[in-house]
Amino acid sequence: MKGRRLKYVIAGGIVLAALAGLVYSGAKESMVYFYTPSEIREKTDAVRGKALRVGGMVEEGSIRWEPQQVLLTFVLTDGQNSVPVRHKGTAPDLFKEGAGAVVEGTWAPEGYLRSSTIMAKHSEEYKAPKQPETLEGKKALFKSLLPGGKQ
Amino acid sequence: MISTLGHFVLFLALGMSLYAAGAAVYGARAGREDWLASSRNAILVNLCLVTLAMFLLEYALITSDFSIRYVANTSTRGSLTRYKIAGLWGSLEGSILLWAWLQSLFSALVVARYSDRHQAVMPYVQAVLQGICAFFLLVMTFAANPFAPSFPVPPDGRGLNPLLEVTDMLVHPLLLYLGYVGLSVPFAFAMAALITGRLSEEWVKNTRRWTIVAWLFLTGGIFYGGWWSYRTLGWGGYWAWDPVENASFMPWLTATAFIHSVMIQERKRMLKVWNLVLITLTFSLVIFGTFLTRSGILGSVHAFAEGPVGMVFLGFLALVLLFSLGLIAYRADRLKGHGELDSVVSRESAFLLNNVVLIGICFTVFLGTIFPLLTEAIRGTKISVGMPYFNRVSVPLGMALLLLMGIGPLIAWGRASLNNLRRNFLKPMVAAAAGAALLWVLGVRQAEALLAFFCCFFVIGTIALEFWTSTRTRAAATGEGFLQAFAALLLRTRRRYGGLIVHLGVVIAIIGIAVSSIYKVEHEVTLKPKERMEIGPYTVQFNDLQAGERPTHILVWANLTVLKGNTTLTELHPGQRFYPNQQSPFATVDARYHWSEDLYAILSTFERDGSSATIKVMINPMMAWIWIGGGVILLGVLVAVLPERRLAMLTVRAKTQPA
Repeated sequence: MKGRRLKYVIAGGIVLAALAGLVYSGAKESMVYFYTPSEIREKTDAVRGKALRVGGMVEEGSIRWEPQQVLLTFVLTDGQNSVPVRHKGTAPDLFKEGAGAVVEGTWAPEGYLRSSTIMAKHSEEYKAPKQPETLEGKKALFKSLLPGGKQ
Repeated sequence: MISTLGHFVLFLALGMSLYAAGAAVYGARAGREDWLASSRNAILVNLCLVTLAMFLLEYALITSDFSIRYVANTSTRGSLTRYKIAGLWGSLEGSILLWAWLQSLFSALVVARYSDRHQAVMPYVQAVLQGICAFFLLVMTFAANPFAPSFPVPPDGRGLNPLLEVTDMLVHPLLLYLGYVGLSVPFAFAMAALITGRLSEEWVKNTRRWTIVAWLFLTGGIFYGGWWSYRTLGWGGYWAWDPVENASFMPWLTATAFIHSVMIQERKRMLKVWNLVLITLTFSLVIFGTFLTRSGILGSVHAFAEGPVGMVFLGFLALVLLFSLGLIAYRADRLKGHGELDSVVSRESAFLLNNVVLIGICFTVFLGTIFPLLTEAIRGTKISVGMPYFNRVSVPLGMALLLLMGIGPLIAWGRASLNNLRRNFLKPMVAAAAGAALLWVLGVRQAEALLAFFCCFFVIGTIALEFWTSTRTRAAATGEGFLQAFAALLLRTRRRYGGLIVHLGVVIAIIGIAVSSIYKVEHEVTLKPKERMEIGPYTVQFNDLQAGERPTHILVWANLTVLKGNTTLTELHPGQRFYPNQQSPFATVDARYHWSEDLYAILSTFERDGSSATIKVMINPMMAWIWIGGGVILLGVLVAVLPERRLAMLTVRAKTQPA
């Protein structure tokens, strides 16, 4: 009876140890540090080459889109400091200037954030706009694409 | 008017469920049948009241009564009626009302179904279920009132996020809620067993079907959520290890473990404490998931707005854990198992190991989900682990689970003889090795893929062999034809063979997941009209951009022609939807869905003059098999749980008809 219990304890211990090892190695390999732009500026050496996640606001007027290279560049700011971001690909829905975004990537030696994923902040209810927009307003934006729009 | 009435009805319902719980406990203690009857009536009244509250809110939603804040937040005059209805679970307060309604409905169903047969435990089952219901009503009456008035009354509501205005919104959340609330029933029976000290296998047997059906709803909800995400969200994936997705996955894992380990208790009277812990854990994880979604402490696509409600749920979670673990500790002396493991090579230990692996996965997912909170508490910074962590950790554990899925159902109870092992596993093992070798010859080189396929083939092999030998044996013994024998076998031992079909579904889904994630191809390019891109065997030509006016938005879409060689396969029209008052567009995905591979197109962005468009195209091989696997799981569960009598009648009828 005693010996039997011991066997279970040992078996359970091995299973637990294996699990712990798996979690440890998994976490170590894929830990992503969360920084604000200011923290990046403070610890430039520490962040080089590391996987990181930077949260901030997309600076007004900073978004550049180069369609032929499928390259998106913008500046992420926390009010005090800012970091440039280069993203190979397009922006997710809800990504816009002046809104919050979290960028995951690595810090390139050239001094910018090489983004692999951009996460824009979502919420299920939207903020009431200052001036309610109508469908007509949206329509005006795509005049040349709408039927009869091309002249 | 509705505002005051609704709030008042909620108070009444709260009083009713507290009374129902109290009367049940008092009636049982004092042995007063009249109090028990009164408690049962109170449960019915409670159901009527919560139903009334729900109808009131639905009425306000459908008639666009914006004097109620909740209505103003979740619908607009222009919304289609079905999305106005779906507004009930579109935001925090309404979803709690829906939850309370399901909770009270399930209480009433349990009373109707069990009260005449299980008189000793029923009062406590009622008390626990009504206690949970009371909690949700309490949340609504004091912290998150769905009937709160809005002042001043806005001319139009803000409406749901357009992402949620799709038919899927009518299905996915409901399935999950049905699963969550369904799992509270076995939990209530377990607690009642602990309180009354009737700790035999009774509670397990009584709730078997409930648990499996709740599990089916939860599984359905998870699969449906993935399918929804894949078809509409425009990122080409179906699962992102998002905190809220994990919140539904964790109770699924423990519920799956529970469904398996209760079989050991029924058969061998072992694992009594373990099963109680599992069901407690499952219910706690449901509440924990609600806490995650409602508190906004972790950023997530699904998260509701932040609010004090999260903390209320955390408090309730603590209460549930304290109460149930306290009860288990209190009854520890009566919970000694009757059996012992005879051998490590046995069905018991295979099931036990399956449990360990499932709980292991649950634990790693839990750690990964709350990792940012942990590191913030310990080191002051939020460090998250993303998809790489989850994939890295869950893949090896998933493989182990797959192997056990092949071994568990066929290995002998007690102590498996060498003969048993050889008979059941030698052929599938050889077949799986041959299959994997064949794939290697065909050019599959990734060790991970080969291992996954080996495991999958092995499980399919064991299931096929089991069906084949049992059918043949039966056909030989009864003289029935092969198909008839197969059908009879399915109907006679439905639980076992239904379970095997569920396993088959899981394997099919895993094959889909493995192949689609390992062999996914993705290209994103900017094209001018009439320019082409190549991806895999396909050529995609961008013809032009067009826009059109829809009732609620402007749709801009790209016309793509997909060619394979020189033949035109199909036209695809991925687009973007522009809603008034929304700065960013929403993607409209278009894809060629096919059983072998999906060709999936997203319009990432475009020039407003139509001079170019950036298009992302993906090839997702064998994606369809994930959903097919989900369908097979559904089929298997139906085989396992459909009422005995009805099926028996069918077989009798089949027999009496001349062959």
